[in-house]
Amino acid sequence: MKLIFEKSVPERRAVRTVKSDVPTTINIKKELLRDKPAELPELSELDVVRHFTELSRRNFGLDTNFYPLGSCTMKYNPKVAERIASYPGFAHLHPLLPQLRMGGMLTQGALAVLYEMDLLLRQITGMAGFTMQPMAGAHGELTGIMIMAAYHADRGNKKTTVLIPDSAHGTNPASAAIAGYNVLSVPSDDTGVMDVNALKKMLNDKVAGLMLTCPNTLGLFNPHIREICDAIHGVDGLAYYDGANLNAIVGKARPADFGFDIVHINLHKTFATPHGGGGPGAGPVGVTEKLLDFLPISIVAKRNDGTYALRYDRPKSIGYVAPFYGNFAVILKAYVYTLMLGIEGLKRVAENAVLNANYIREKLKSHYRPAFDRICKHECVLSPSKKMLDAGVHAIDVAKALIDHGFHPPTVYFPAIVKEAMMIEPTETESKETLDAFIDAMIEIAKLTESDPERVKAAPVTTPVNRPDETAAARNLNVACL
Amino acid sequence: MPFISNTTEQREQMLAEMGLTMEELFGDIPPELMCDSFNLPAGLTEQQVRNRLAELAGKNSINLTLFLGGGFYDHFIPAAVYSLISRSEFYTAYTPYQSELSQGTLQAVYEYQSMICRLSGMEAANASLYDGGTAMYEAMMMALRITGRNKVIIDDSVNPIYRVMIHSYTSNLNIELDETHCTNGLIDRKQILRRLDDETAAVIVQNPNFFGCIDDFSDIAEAVHKKGALLVVSCYPISLGILKTPGAMGADIVTGEGQCLGMPMSFGGPYLGFMATRMKYIRKMPGRIVGQTTDRQNRRSFVMTLQAREQHIRRQKATSNICSNEALCALTALVYLSLLGKQGLRETAQLCADKASYAYKRLTAIPGVQPHFRAKWFFNEFVLDLPTGAADVIAKLIEKGFAAGFPLGRYYDNMESSILICVTEKRTKQQIGMLAEALESVL
Repeated sequence: MKLIFEKSVPERRAVRTVKSDVPTTINIKKELLRDKPAELPELSELDVVRHFTELSRRNFGLDTNFYPLGSCTMKYNPKVAERIASYPGFAHLHPLLPQLRMGGMLTQGALAVLYEMDLLLRQITGMAGFTMQPMAGAHGELTGIMIMAAYHADRGNKKTTVLIPDSAHGTNPASAAIAGYNVLSVPSDDTGVMDVNALKKMLNDKVAGLMLTCPNTLGLFNPHIREICDAIHGVDGLAYYDGANLNAIVGKARPADFGFDIVHINLHKTFATPHGGGGPGAGPVGVTEKLLDFLPISIVAKRNDGTYALRYDRPKSIGYVAPFYGNFAVILKAYVYTLMLGIEGLKRVAENAVLNANYIREKLKSHYRPAFDRICKHECVLSPSKKMLDAGVHAIDVAKALIDHGFHPPTVYFPAIVKEAMMIEPTETESKETLDAFIDAMIEIAKLTESDPERVKAAPVTTPVNRPDETAAARNLNVACL
Repeated sequence: MPFISNTTEQREQMLAEMGLTMEELFGDIPPELMCDSFNLPAGLTEQQVRNRLAELAGKNSINLTLFLGGGFYDHFIPAAVYSLISRSEFYTAYTPYQSELSQGTLQAVYEYQSMICRLSGMEAANASLYDGGTAMYEAMMMALRITGRNKVIIDDSVNPIYRVMIHSYTSNLNIELDETHCTNGLIDRKQILRRLDDETAAVIVQNPNFFGCIDDFSDIAEAVHKKGALLVVSCYPISLGILKTPGAMGADIVTGEGQCLGMPMSFGGPYLGFMATRMKYIRKMPGRIVGQTTDRQNRRSFVMTLQAREQHIRRQKATSNICSNEALCALTALVYLSLLGKQGLRETAQLCADKASYAYKRLTAIPGVQPHFRAKWFFNEFVLDLPTGAADVIAKLIEKGFAAGFPLGRYYDNMESSILICVTEKRTKQQIGMLAEALESVL
């Protein structure tokens, strides 16, 4: 398909700009101006519409296909949330208004949304307060680790190390390292969860804290979670809950009750806001009482008269991780979703997410090798059977073959501690019919491997391109059309 | 239940087929850790939630005439932008890990990267970062990695919101932040050159700067390079419709806030952090990068490339922890720039500059209102000194229907009576005249 630049025709226009209604009074001196206009394409509005409509048709989205991408919680994104986020009262609100004198009164509706969402998240997690600033999950992690560092600095602790299990998302060690900590990896035990005894041996007064996803990336809940958090507290460390997998327990159990001190939540996962092809997300961070003072500055408070105000006088705060109040429109969409679900709806989220994942695991476990043959939470990890691997069919081939069946593949080759991992997260919004069709396709691929493995390896044949050469892309870098 | 497809009967059937109960599915969570008393309200219907949120939206004042900018701008957005980015094949997709079914997203990112390079005069851009402030922080970290040094000079004409963010991010790190003070609205060259030494990793400046003043940093780039440091320039993409590019000035890393490229202000986000650099530094750049390649049938294809820099491969040794970025906002910027096109962007930038200069002339004609700086050239923002406190005057003008500008005393010493006024192409001569009359009446 042609690039948009290759469709450009000199002097063709889409948007016409208004005619200037003012006299030109100052001519900026030539040395400060660019020599010639930026080489943007010249197209009609129809050209642009056709181009992007064509591009959109070269994409799988959640609305077009089942998307069981593990650890990404690709649940249905309610349309009403999109509609509400586009209300002019929210979309056209300038973020600096609250910084003007009495300006907070100009934004009471928006401040109410931030305040109310904070309250809802407190109830869902058991935490004492949230910051809405972090703009993605990894950004929440960094914020959480900065809070951890501020806590230790405040207590005069000299801590250097953050512990992270070997099954963790890559963002965990990256976030801890960027915040200035050394990272040590804690091994998993033979049941697939973090090894408590190994952890205890690694504990000393250098340990600032632990980052943990629970259930973990294998979809397994660690039954020793309370003991783990207690052990971390024993060295005055903090326990950080990576909320990437909160969908498994939402409305059922709360990270605060497990003993966690800091939590981040991916609103673009558990709270159904769209992923946008890779963002924007939102990663609010909640903390227990003892860490409230360290939260980023922009916190909304409710006054006695029922109005809302931003509180700036927070001397122990880590400061600002975002320019304003986080990805407001994303927070708004998550707020709409939470209001619609209510407590009964939230409980059903976890139940159906877990039901659907176990249903897939049970139905496929005789055709594929489960990483751990026991009850999982929101996702399960399978690998191709030995027979399939012997035939030269790998996880990536199964993934590509699924595309030809009309399914987005699971996450593959992660977690790295499982060989040939395929991490399947169906989410609660999918129906039994969809799951059955997916299961049938998986079984068919396993069977086709026995009769004709080359056909599996040739997939996908129904897409605009087939297995682009990634090695060549990295070797002969072409990252812009200039 | 909202958004759940399975019926009770189907749930029972699935459990029966597995020979399990719902309790057993949660049996791995110790019972004492289960919570049965959530203090949460009952669910609302779509009709109820729309009514409630419409009421909240109505409590926000959006009918003020905006002369408020400060890095976040009220520009005109063509209808086709929202229409195209609302195609759910784009917005309900995840990060394009599976290239075959993500060619739409991947090609769009490649075109976006190209657009950013063409605008800024650079060679390689990433797929986006969270916002202009985190993009600046990431550029600083990138410069530290490239140079292996730990001192950074940042001028106080850089957006104070970004500077506060950078202070927050670096408070636990061994980084020496040296803040220089601008004079007369522009960077003080002598001061920067005096502080620039062999330990300096980067000099961070902004164009147009927070006060709207325009500069050419070519001389600074040369001096910075002589010391083996990098020049980081934050810029306002609309201004690049007419202004000299950071690339032409010799910048090494260009960042900025892309909200102005078709995104509504949405009370602070989602926005778009962009970053571009020289090819020689691409491997040190954070964030996703899309590259062009070919497939098995030699067809043009797009993939995420240089992933070995990223957290999902490199873990604690990654160039950044970023995973989700602002992909849909990057698409928004791409669609917006495609619709404006070569002439449209130039004209929009020129309109901003013309209307701002008209407003400047009109407002400085009011007795007692003075320009704050001697700097002569500005883009679409400028600073005026009022005879009384700016915060008070702004509050009075709100009552008259104007968000007249930003009170600089909030971030700068001795600027209590200074106001930063912004004029975009959306403002009319009539609105500017009305602001002038209103201002005169409250002084």
